[in-house]
Amino acid sequence: MNIHEYQAKELLQKFGAATPAGKVAGTAEEAEQIARELGTNALVVKAQVHAGGRGKGTFANGFKGGVHLVKSPAEAREVAAKMLGQTLVTHQTGAAGRVVNKVLIAVSVEIEREIYFAVLLDRATAAPLIVASTEGGVEIETVAEKSPEKIMREPIDPLAGLRPFQTRKLAKQLGFKSDQIKPAAKLFAALYRTFIESDCSMVEVNPLVVTKKGEVLALDAKFNFDDNALYRHPEIAAMRDTAEEDPREVEASKHGLNYIGLDGNIACLVNGAGLAMATMDIIKFYGGSPANFLDVGGGATEEQVTEAFKLLISDENVKAILVNIFGGIMKCDIIAQGIINAVKAVKLPVPLVVRLEGTNVDAGKKLIAQSGLAVIAADDLADAAQKVVKAAEGKS
Amino acid sequence: MSVLVDKNTRLCVQGITGSAGGFHAKQCMEYGTNVVAGVTPGKGGQKFENKVPVFDTVWEARQATGCNVSVLFVPAAGAADGILEAVDAGVELVICITEGIPVIDMMRVKAEMAGKKSWLIGPNCPGIITPGECKIGIMPGYIHKPGGVGVISRSGTLTYEAVWQLTSRGYGQSTCIGIGGDPINGMSHLDAVKLFNDDPKTEAMILIGEIGGAAEEEAAAWIKDNCQKPVAAFIAGATAPPGRRMGHAGAIVSGGKGTAAGKIEALKAAGIAVADTPATMADTLITTMNGRK
Repeated sequence: MNIHEYQAKELLQKFGAATPAGKVAGTAEEAEQIARELGTNALVVKAQVHAGGRGKGTFANGFKGGVHLVKSPAEAREVAAKMLGQTLVTHQTGAAGRVVNKVLIAVSVEIEREIYFAVLLDRATAAPLIVASTEGGVEIETVAEKSPEKIMREPIDPLAGLRPFQTRKLAKQLGFKSDQIKPAAKLFAALYRTFIESDCSMVEVNPLVVTKKGEVLALDAKFNFDDNALYRHPEIAAMRDTAEEDPREVEASKHGLNYIGLDGNIACLVNGAGLAMATMDIIKFYGGSPANFLDVGGGATEEQVTEAFKLLISDENVKAILVNIFGGIMKCDIIAQGIINAVKAVKLPVPLVVRLEGTNVDAGKKLIAQSGLAVIAADDLADAAQKVVKAAEGKS
Repeated sequence: MSVLVDKNTRLCVQGITGSAGGFHAKQCMEYGTNVVAGVTPGKGGQKFENKVPVFDTVWEARQATGCNVSVLFVPAAGAADGILEAVDAGVELVICITEGIPVIDMMRVKAEMAGKKSWLIGPNCPGIITPGECKIGIMPGYIHKPGGVGVISRSGTLTYEAVWQLTSRGYGQSTCIGIGGDPINGMSHLDAVKLFNDDPKTEAMILIGEIGGAAEEEAAAWIKDNCQKPVAAFIAGATAPPGRRMGHAGAIVSGGKGTAAGKIEALKAAGIAVADTPATMADTLITTMNGRK
């Protein structure tokens, strides 16, 4: 799940991490009001969409740039009016762009230095790790490649947490001056607390800045949340903006389905994440292109299978469908009945290849045979993949 | 011989009175697994299937029955605590089937287990089976056959696929271990490889991995220097888009790390035969075994 910049700012503020003052506006009037409250004429107006590259983006109405420096509340209002309700196209949005429903009005700070600072969960050590660098404002992968000696790593004890001395050591290593050590250490501690208490897998602040006035601030933050922990953070779960997501994925999540949309033309319905990935791989191996990842899981009901199948059919790019089930907990007859129900409701527009194996396989095959559905049966995984690739090419 | 579990295993089922726990406990018993205890807090004193005593705590179950392995079918919110409860009771092997445990909870569990004697398998895994002797978990028993191939995997159904290919071709399995699809888990690929390497009955291994992390690379490096037994592998997720979690919480390529291509390269560099597709996992191993004869 991704969140907007203004939501990230609110989350940081909640944990006491210093960021430039600012608030989000839904109308041009609100934008002007917020600018007035901020009490300065050095302001920035930022379009709120999930995609990167906003500054260099262009609006469908011709207005250039999703990030603007402005010098007065009146100008903030003017710029906000040109952004709100308009579609912003950046190198990450694709040609369709994203509609801007909110803008962030914030104090624009003069930057003295830029730092990279991230807290992440290190899989190798099963512990949190702080990764920081004096080379802020650029992608950390680039720094890692060009000057790896400029990246510092501070491992954190998973039970004790981040110790205060570690924050001071990091501040020193990152070249903060003596009078900046305390605010820097305080910001690092707050970022670590945000990471742990929000169940993140990563909090990346790039850049973390020192302003010309000597303040130490988190200027931009990117969060990765642990989906498994969202149940205990309803306030974070509520930050989800479905308008920013693939509509197919939004529909799938309503039915508790594990679905990821891709741009190929062979839809697949599989049980188990590993087998679902492997099914995509084998489709590709035989020259096809998968339209999605879909794991119906072990405990899916007949209704969920029906909804999953409807979702696959509704994708206009899909030229053929592969159902690959190895029944364990999932019973093959449940899958078969779910498919039959779905096809009853919506006519089957494309060829369907079915490979069933495992628990209740005979009952499943019998149900499909009796239903009179035009199904291409497959003996094993390789056979199924080859048949569906052929079918998608219009040869069956 | 086999690894970790066999006909002498005395199993405790945590969450035995729940719907999933009850269903699978029964399936395991039908397979022949010796289920000696169940645990559900507040339901102590009951009998499961008129046979297995239910206790309020694992501690009590261990005292009363001498159970040495425990399997968890408890909801995600309580699973981390349940694992530690079993470890505290002195159970040798804890198997956590539960999916969806917050990763920070698992991070703490792993840190608290450091230095303890208990093994953890999972979470988010199908379990472990020694065919013909003991099935602990949610895998369909009938696809397995006793034999000499050790199977290690991060994925449930992909394991069934490999096992079924082996069985259909007449090759049985010594033990199959599903280590789970989470980013922080108990037993790693390498831990399992070492166990199979030391097991005289295991003649060969299939190692099934997927995108994310570096556990497969770690196992590959060790195999290169220490393992004489034939090993075949498959890595799922070559077509997965970067930055997306592919169903399993641990299956994600981030910052260009944990790609299928990188893992396959590391495995091949260690002299391990890597199957081109999931349909040829058993054939790849059989070819390697025959090549060594």
